[in-house]
Formats: sequence, C-alpha cells, structure tokens
Amino acid sequence: MPLLQISEPNQSAAPHQHRLAAGIDLGTTNSLIASVRSGIAETLPDARGVHLLPSIVHYQANQLPEVGVDAKTFAVQDPLNTIASVKRLMGRGLADVKMTGTQLPYDLVASAGGMPSIRTVAGELSPVQVSADILKALKQRAEDTLGGELTGVVITVPAYFDDAQRQATKDAAKLAGLQVLRLLNEPTAAAVAYGLDKQAEGIHAIYDLGGGTFDISILRLHRGVFEVMSTAGDSALGGDDIDREIALWMMQQAGIAEDAARSHIRELLDIARAAKESLSTQHSITLDVPLATGTRWQGEFTHEDLIKLADPLIQKTLVPCRRALRDAGISAEDISAVVLVGGSTRMPRVREKVESFFGRKPHVDIDPDKVVAIGAAIQADILAGNKPDNEMLLLDVTPLALGIETMGGLVEKIIPRNTPIPTARAQEFTTFKDGQTAMALHVVQGERDLVVDCRSLARFELRGIPPMVAGAARIRVTFQVDADGLLSVAAREEMTGVSSEITVKPSYGLQDNEITRMLQESIVNAEIDLKLRALREQQVEADRVVNALRSALQADGHVLLKREEFVNIAAALDELLSVANGTDIQAIKHAISKVDDLTKEYAARRMDHAIRQAMQGHTINEFTEKL
Amino acid sequence: MSITLTEKAAKHIQKSLTHRGKGLGLRLGVRTSGCSGMAYVLEFVDEPNADDQLFESQGVKVIIDPKSLSYLDGTELDFVREGLNEGFQFNNPNVKDACGCGESFTV
Repeated sequence: MPLLQISEPNQSAAPHQHRLAAGIDLGTTNSLIASVRSGIAETLPDARGVHLLPSIVHYQANQLPEVGVDAKTFAVQDPLNTIASVKRLMGRGLADVKMTGTQLPYDLVASAGGMPSIRTVAGELSPVQVSADILKALKQRAEDTLGGELTGVVITVPAYFDDAQRQATKDAAKLAGLQVLRLLNEPTAAAVAYGLDKQAEGIHAIYDLGGGTFDISILRLHRGVFEVMSTAGDSALGGDDIDREIALWMMQQAGIAEDAARSHIRELLDIARAAKESLSTQHSITLDVPLATGTRWQGEFTHEDLIKLADPLIQKTLVPCRRALRDAGISAEDISAVVLVGGSTRMPRVREKVESFFGRKPHVDIDPDKVVAIGAAIQADILAGNKPDNEMLLLDVTPLALGIETMGGLVEKIIPRNTPIPTARAQEFTTFKDGQTAMALHVVQGERDLVVDCRSLARFELRGIPPMVAGAARIRVTFQVDADGLLSVAAREEMTGVSSEITVKPSYGLQDNEITRMLQESIVNAEIDLKLRALREQQVEADRVVNALRSALQADGHVLLKREEFVNIAAALDELLSVANGTDIQAIKHAISKVDDLTKEYAARRMDHAIRQAMQGHTINEFTEKL
Repeated sequence: MSITLTEKAAKHIQKSLTHRGKGLGLRLGVRTSGCSGMAYVLEFVDEPNADDQLFESQGVKVIIDPKSLSYLDGTELDFVREGLNEGFQFNNPNVKDACGCGESFTV
C-alpha cells in the first residue's frame, strides 16, 4: 500500500501519475534536497536523519563511489581520490582554475577543449561527472523518501554563474538521470522560501555567509520577476575563517607552535567550531585543548573574546554589501527585506551586524542551511504542475549583457543585463567590405565595451552572403535565451534567406572571469572604456574611408582625376594611414575630414559619371515613363 | 457512518494546514480510476460543496462527498513511516482487493 500525501483541491493525481518534484541546493561544501509533501516544503534527511549531504565523493577502483559523510572520512587518508568543492571547477577551463589560484589538492589534467579532469583510481573524471555522482545520491534519497521516481527537479546556482557554469550544472543533472525543470538563482530561491515573491514589489537583500564563501545579492521584485540588481561577495571568506581565528587564538594562549602537525590543527579547528557554536547560546565556556606533549591546556573563552576575533571578519562582509548597494544605485533604507542564508548566519553577532547595517531585522525563521533548497522545492512543485494555475510562475533575468563583436573589437550589446528570461532580441548588421560574402560572428558576455574584456561564448560563421558593396547587405542577428538562461544565436541574410545558427553549448572556460568582478570592473573602467570605444570607432571609420577610397581610385581615379588632384588625394590617404592605428583620436578625425574635403569633388564626379553611364543609349522619356 | 483519524494523522494534517496558511480541513474521497477500480483522494478543502458530509476527528474537520462515504465508512486514516518514506494510509474495512502496487482497490 503506497503512502499518500495531501494534494491541493482538485489536484489529486491519478494512480501511477504522481508528479514528484524536488528542489536541490548543489553547494560547494554541502548539498540538500527538498520536496513539498502535504503542502509542507521540507528538506529530506537520509536514513540516519541527517539533512546535509557533504559535497564530497570518494572514488575507488571498480566500485561505486561513496558520497557524503562516508566519503568525507577518506579526505585525510586518500586525498587524491576524495573530491570536495568540485563546484569551484564547474564550467571552468584548466587555465582559469590555475589562474584563480584555488588550491585544490587533486591531480588535475587537461582534457578535450582545455577542460580540467581529475585523475583518480576510477579513471579521469570531469567536474560534471563528480557533480552527477552527488546528484545521484540526492536523487536516490528523494526517491526512497517520496516512494517513486522524480518527475523533475529545480537546481539552484549562484546568481553570478555564467552560461558555461549553468550548462555544466545541467549536464551533471542529465548525467544523473534528472530532468531539470529549471535552474534557479540561489538568492532568488531564498526569497521564494520566505514567500517574498507573493508580497508587494520591493527590493530585497540576500546575505549568504557559508563556510567558505560570502555572497550578497540585491534582488528587486518587479511585475512578478526577481531581477538581480547587483551581486558582490568574497569567494574566500566564511565561517571557516572565524574557526581559524579562534584556533590561532587558542594556539597563542596554549603556547602551541604554528607549525603544529596537520592532524593537531584539524583537531583544534573542530574545537574552535564547537566553541563558536556554544557561544551562540552561552556567555562563556571552558576550552579543553590537547597539547603535542600529551597534556592538555584549559582556559576560559567568552563571548567578548569571540566578538573580538570575529568582528574584523564580519566587518569584511560589509564591504561587499556596501558595494552591492552602490552598484544597484540604492541605499540601505531602500531595502524592504533582508534574508539570511548559510550556516554562519546563525551566529548572533552576524545577525546584529547585518541588522545594524541594513537598519532592519533580517528574516531568520527558516534554517539558513536549508532555505535555498526549500525555495527550490516550492518552485519545483509549481513547475511540476501540483499547484492550481493561478500560482505565479517566477521568472529570472540575464546576469550579464550578451552581445556580439563588431569591427574594431567592440561589443554591441544585444540583450542587456537584467532582462527577464525567456527573451529574444534581434538587431541588424551589415558588411564592412565590398563583395564580402561571409561574416564571422563572435558571441560574448559581459558589461565591458571591448571584446577582450568580456567573456567569449561562441564563434560561428554566416556564409553565402551575395557580393554587394559594403553596407548594403542586411544581416539580422537574433539572440534567444530560454527559461534556463541558455543562449542560442542565429544570423540571417535578409535578401537571400541564408542563415546560420549556434546554440551556446558554451565553450566551457576560456578567459573566464567571475561575474562579480566583471561587473565591478565595468563600473571602475567606465571612463576608460568610453575613450577606448571612441578611439576604436574612429579607427574603424578610418579603415572604412581608406577601403572605399582605394577601390574608387583603382576603378576610375585615373579617368576622373587630374594628375595633381590624384597626388593630393594620395598624400592625404597616406597621412590618414599613418595616424589610423595610433591613439590620437583628434589626429585621426582631422585626417579623415581632410580626405573627405579633398574627395568631395571626386565623389560628385563619380556620381555624375555613374549616372551618365547608366543613361547612355537611353532617352529621357524611358526614365520618366518608369517614374 | 464514521471516519476516524489516528492521533499521528491528525497532528500531521494540523501541521500541513498551518503551513499552508488556509483551508477548512481535509477531503477524503474515492474516485474511479487506476488499474483496479477505485483510487483514494486526499486534498485540502477551501470551500466545501453543498452535499458534503462533515466529520470531526481529533480536532480536524474531515469532509467527504456522500458517494465516497459509502466506500469509506469505517475507515481510519493513519500517518505512517516506512523507511525513509512517510505518508498517509487508509485502513479501509471495505476493501476486498487491491492492485499489485496498491494504488487502487475494489470493494
């Protein structure tokens, strides 16, 4: 006899047609799965009653991998085959991983396309495969708990994840045999868990302090859509740093040398963490610390001591908060709700600081470790069709602008950042040279004006453009982003209908930059970008003038120009060429206008000449009849 | 005519109703579908229908349409745990035969 759950009115499923849906928080350190049962969204525990699944996988030769707590125990004895924090590698190229300086103790090797693989006794594994193993463990747990196969899942990703990282997450889900209903931004999921999507429009701050990372997101609920106004954070700041400060303090107090054995330090960190947690409810505790000599040191550790150690770190989280507010162009008073996410926000001191920074009490009712998974479960329940259709479907937005490279290495933004998705935008482009029959399209993501400062997503070509003079062809480029934030780009020549398209199966990696940094840089460098854009535009213009003039001179320069005129124009052309690649905008402008002046008469003669040729052998009447 | 809830079932229903933030009570019912005749219905109720019958057990309002009641008379609704799975179970004395998976039944 199967066990039943309570449905919404008139939403009872027919037998064998249960629409089981779950929300998954696929975290760097821990992962969770949640589901809505009988109207309650809850995270699902394993057989031992533990909700958090450590995002760690241990591989063995010829055996199924172990995931979670079982894998964690191998971290010390078998570090090369025990993979943790794989989320940091998702959708990144090997070069990026090395550049970010993330210290991961694995044997990373390059595989196809410069993507990193991890060498283990079970073979070379991609980060996508490792994530898939974590997802499989969660899937198994959910299916055991819910008593059936999952129809679909919602997986959360950080708001700053780019297309490649999102695609990698979807690939992992597919590999785990999960149907992804959609990917949801983590801060958005937290807001949904508190039902902020059902409230009036407003601006919300999501403060997410985990074990090793800090993220702040400013969301705006506008016409049923959560827009990410700004994100900021610190990818190397979290509750673990507070533990480390406490451990260092203990070492000083107890006279333990800094080069103590790794296992000893590990033990001290565990004591530090326990002390931090106890001080959430007690005023002071007695520390009992083992020494290398085999004896123990005991000492008092008070709430004041903790504050002294933790405050500088908590203060450090407020810097990105300030930056996020500034980037969003708002002040703290504009925030209508603050949501806390991440285990470290359980610290009363963190709550105090956040409250005084934003000037309002944060939402803390839902367990901050579980809030993201719960929000995802609520979304999954709606998407799977278990709610009456009047429930609003939440939308998402593009995290960064998407655009295309134009002449001079400039970016033409086609879909601006924060556009609600799904969306489609189109723009027309043209050819640059006479007789050009192909066009290379370079799709980029980012806020900067120059292609080199943005992230390259894909390249493709449109061929078979009929030969025409420069600027006559009309090529329509369409950008489409689906509900998961994945992009497809199509180019079509309007006269002949030849077309070409690409789905950004993004080229994972390349010169990857974190979105937060990219956003920040775009603001810092706005003025430089403006000047560079102006310069590049003049250079492109110079190039265009040179090309046009050269082909004209070649065609009829000797027929229509006197020798002296020809020499003068050639001299002006040479002068333009000599400054065209320099950095002096004024010089280029000046040289262009000089060429323009000198060739005005020539252009008029060419026009006359062309008309005369066209009319030769015809009478005026033939033309008036046509008119 | 009687329908009863176990204490565990009542507790869980109360919790669900509180979380949901609205709803009068719980609808029990049967409908014809499935591989072997009838299937159970378990839903929240926001507005009862005119001909619905109302029972109260362990402080929870149970709503049943008259047609379903004849199939469910004497049923006890329990909330049970089987391994990781947990949910509601109908202990229905009228059931003669259930399909292999137990999702539908005949009386």
